[in-house]
Formats: sequence, structure tokens, C-alpha cells
Amino acid sequence: MAFGPHLLLAALEGLVQAAVLALTALGLSLVFGVMRVVNVAHGEFFMLGAVLAWGVTTAVSGHPALGFAAALVVAPLAIGAVALLSERLVLRRLDYNPEATIVATIGLLYILQQAALTFYGPEARPVVPPFNIRLQLPWFGYSAYKLSVIGASAVVLAATWFVLARTRIGLVMRATQYDRETATAFGIPVERVYAGVFALGAMLAAVAAVLIVPISQAHYLMGADPLLLSFIVVIIGGLGSLRGTVVAALLIGLSDGIVSVFFSPTLAKIIATLAVALVLVFRPQGLFGQAAR
Amino acid sequence: MSPAAPHGRVIALHLAVVALLFAGEFVLPAYHHGVMARIMVLAVFAMGYNLLFGYTGLLSLGHAMFFAAGMYGAGLTAYHLGWSVAAAFPAGIVAGAAVSAGIALLALRTTGVAFMIVTMMFAQVGYLLTLYFGNWTRGEEGLTLAPAARLLGPFDFTDPATRYFAALALFAVVLFLTLAVVRAPFGRVLVAIRENEERTRMLGYDTFANKLAATVLSGTICASAGAAYALLFGYFGSTFATVAYSILPLLWVLVGGAATTLGPFLGTLAMYYLVDISNDVLNRHFPNWDMSYLGTVGVALVLLVLFFPKGLLGTLRQRWMAWLP
Repeated sequence: MAFGPHLLLAALEGLVQAAVLALTALGLSLVFGVMRVVNVAHGEFFMLGAVLAWGVTTAVSGHPALGFAAALVVAPLAIGAVALLSERLVLRRLDYNPEATIVATIGLLYILQQAALTFYGPEARPVVPPFNIRLQLPWFGYSAYKLSVIGASAVVLAATWFVLARTRIGLVMRATQYDRETATAFGIPVERVYAGVFALGAMLAAVAAVLIVPISQAHYLMGADPLLLSFIVVIIGGLGSLRGTVVAALLIGLSDGIVSVFFSPTLAKIIATLAVALVLVFRPQGLFGQAAR
Repeated sequence: MSPAAPHGRVIALHLAVVALLFAGEFVLPAYHHGVMARIMVLAVFAMGYNLLFGYTGLLSLGHAMFFAAGMYGAGLTAYHLGWSVAAAFPAGIVAGAAVSAGIALLALRTTGVAFMIVTMMFAQVGYLLTLYFGNWTRGEEGLTLAPAARLLGPFDFTDPATRYFAALALFAVVLFLTLAVVRAPFGRVLVAIRENEERTRMLGYDTFANKLAATVLSGTICASAGAAYALLFGYFGSTFATVAYSILPLLWVLVGGAATTLGPFLGTLAMYYLVDISNDVLNRHFPNWDMSYLGTVGVALVLLVLFFPKGLLGTLRQRWMAWLP
């Protein structure tokens, strides 16, 4: 294959990664932005989404699209419920103390991994894509499903933006993010907002996982990479900034896709991680974020 | 920690712990004897972590990097350059000191949650580097040191008794070192930084320099544990650089009690046997549950942070024994 088409292929692969990454990172960013806590178990919500997608698609007989559609509904709802439960049982009792929350979500991470290992097993299992069409480009054929992942992510991102910017729920969330005390004084049920945001963040990760699982596979240890990449995206994009998150996800996804096609993936990861750590050290508000108030 | 803590009683308690461990050599059955040697080395790792997390109040998720720096610093020089233990062990310590100084200079520019994320990312880079240089490190598979590389003069670390005493020696040195540090003015400044960094700065202390010193000391102690692990047990690999090995010392310190000198050892001991026994019991009763350390560690972390945030010795100190260091 010539260099041009090769680059196009790498860019397409990168776009698919970026689309899923944007959703996952947005979930993490929302939780950090509004609640000011780091959810280390975020990657495990992603993993659970993929595992549940496998479970639902296997349980539903008939056309693969049917099972996939069911998974797209059931998995995020179930993960949202798990997140809500852990918020109620653990995070709220800690009063959202940042460091205690980190320790608690590390514990949650292990518990969820153990649960997946116990009930799902150590194997990596594939999920059948809802449709199997190859688009024939002049140079190579490309999976239409992968393109639809990009489209679906864009739709979910747009919907999230709409909720945040144009609805009353979004207004309440932004008010809580801006100033918790004043929000409480204005009668906003801050605890319920927190619970909702935590569940919403987990659900975004679950949607991302359901979308990607027909391309990759479901495995109980798959949560580590999305977690780290989400951290990277959220840091580069600036915490709590939706636009920054999307731009950073595109940047990271595309460059990761392109660099790992041409260079060793390990080297690509080393450089990306190091670069981001240095961004955090020297420009803590992120590349697109504004300085802290 | 009251300033008028009775000095004699504290020293006696620490000496008693070391004496008890010394007696362990003669009374412990073979299996527990081997386990205890490992626990003592890992407890050194936890004590190093405690210095930064417990006393200085900095939550790092990157200490696997310091442990691994010591491990590879000692292991690689012994394996590839044929250095003796007498040269390889200091090499590991120097590697750990250098890595922790470099990381500290960068990471200490951040605070709070950002510090945790930055240290985790640097540690991830360290882990990926051990994979990237797989030609020398053999990555996840790791390297095994030949018995000839594990000799120090007349001492042969392949012999369980020698290994036990070497681990105990390192443990005792680090235990009394941390005790001295936290009772010295330097240790008090670290606690002051943990309690209120702004006020400490206002009082005229250079908080950055003190945090830097604490990070390097903590990293170097962890590196000594890593170097000892490689040389005593003759194996080192990338697994020890994963984020799990940054979380484990945090868990051990939390279990035993953060900012207590004996807590890290107690926590390491308790968690090692808890995981060991719970795995045995659960796998016997529920053979198809695939229980691994994950579930036990996870449940322990959540329960600790919810109901027992001060850990075993922290609670003991709060309730009954205010003189515990």
C-alpha cells in the first residue's frame, strides 16, 4: 500500500479510537469537574460495559443487530445502577474527600475486576457486530461498522452537550460545579446531583465500551488502558471542559493511531504518557482549560 | 505523637519486634519462615511509602517505579555486568535515589490529586520502559539471578537462614532509621507540612526542600527493598513495576496505620496472610469463583477507608497508647 492510503487507514483507525475515547474521557471529566473527585474505577465501568454487552448479545437470539441494540440500552442502565449504588454506599459516606475517594475507588476497581473474573471468566470474548458491511474505498475496504462508531459517538457527545448547555438539569450541574455552597443555598439538592453525575459518567464509559466491543474484545482486565488514556485526555483538554475533552481525544486518538501504525506501540505510549505528565507538571490547567479561579 | 513520648518505652518496643523476628528464624515452620523473609523486605517497601504518604501527606501512586528502580539497578548490574552483591545492592540504591530525585523535582510542582496522577503516569512510563528494553529485562517474563550472583563474602542468599537474617538486618536498619527520622526535627516539619503546608511555610520552613528530601528518602528506602528483593530471591521482572505494586504499599500502610513506625510491617503481615488464607478458603469452598488477590484487596481497601481510616496501630494509638510513635 502506498504512503497516502496507509496514512488514511491509520487516520481512520485513530478516529475510531478517538471517538470512543472522547466518550469515556467525558465521563471522567464530568465526575471530576462537578464532584472534584478522581474516579480510579472509571476504566472498570468501561470494562463492565463491554462484558455486559457480551452477555446481552449472547442471551438475545436472532439477528445480531437485535442483541446489540439491547446491549446498547441494558449495559449503560445496569452500569449506571452499579455506579449509583457505589456512590450511595461508599463515596457519600466519605463526604467526597478527594484522597479517601481515590483509595475507595481503587478498592472498587479491584472488586469489579474480581466480579468480572468470577462471573465472566478470564477469557477474552468477541461480540458479533450488528452489521457486517465493507465499504470499498479505492485503495482498501473499510468496515462500515467502524465508521458508524464514529457517528454514534458524535451523536452521544452532541446529546451530552445539549443536556449540559441547554437544559435545566445541565444548569443545575454547572451551578454545582461552579460553587457547591452557593448551589446548596439556592436549594439545589447537591447530593442528588452528585449521584446523578457519577452515574452519568459511568454510563458514558459503558456506551463507549458497547460501541467498541465488536471491534476489540471483552476481557476483565481491559479497563486499564481506557482509564489511563482518559486521564491523559482530561488533563490535556482541561478538567470539566467538554470542548477541550473532544479536541484532546481527537488529538490523542489520531496521534496514537498514526504513531502506532508507523512506530512501536510501546514507544508511542511512553512518549504520550511522558508528554502528558509534563503538561500536567508545567501547565496544570491543561492546554485548553482556563487557569483555576 | 506527644513531644514528651517516653523514649525508653518506644525503643524497647521496636527492639522487641526485631527480637521477636530474630526468634522467628528458630521457631517458624519452613513455609512461614520463607513467607516472613519476603514480608520483611516488602515491609521495608511499605515503610518507605509511609514516610511520604503517612508523615508528609503526599499520596503517590508511583512508588512501584522506585521499587523497580532499585530492583533493576541491582538486578541488571548483577545479571549483565556480573557485579557482586556488594556492588549491585548500592547500585540499586543509587538508581532509586537518582530516579526519585528526578521525579520529585517534576512531580512536586503539583499538589493533591494532580500529584497522584503525575506519579502514576511517570510510573507507567517506567513500566513501559522495562517492556521496551525487553532485550535486557525480558519484560514480564523477568530474569533469574544465578546462585553465584547471590553471594556476599561468606553469605549465600540461596540459603533460607542467611536470606532470613539479611532481610531482618535490612528491616531493622530501616525501622530504626524511620524511627529516628520521624522523631527528629525534620520529621516534625514533615508532619507540619501534612497538617498545614501554608502555615509551615509562613513559619519560615522551606516546604519544597523538605518535601523533596522526604520523597528522595522515601524513594531510596523503597529502592533498597527492591534491590534486596532481586538479590535475596533472585528474580526480577516487569510485574514489580506495574501500578499494582504502587497500590500495595498504600494498602499495607493503610491497614497497619499511616504515620506509625510499626504500622507498615503490621499491615504487610496482615494483608499477606489475609490474601493467602482467604484465597485458600474461598477457592476450597467455591472452586469455580476464580478468587485472586483482587477481591480481597478491593474489599479490604473499601472497608478500611470507610470504617477504619486510621488502620490497626493508628486506632490503637488514638484509643489507648498515645505514646506509640
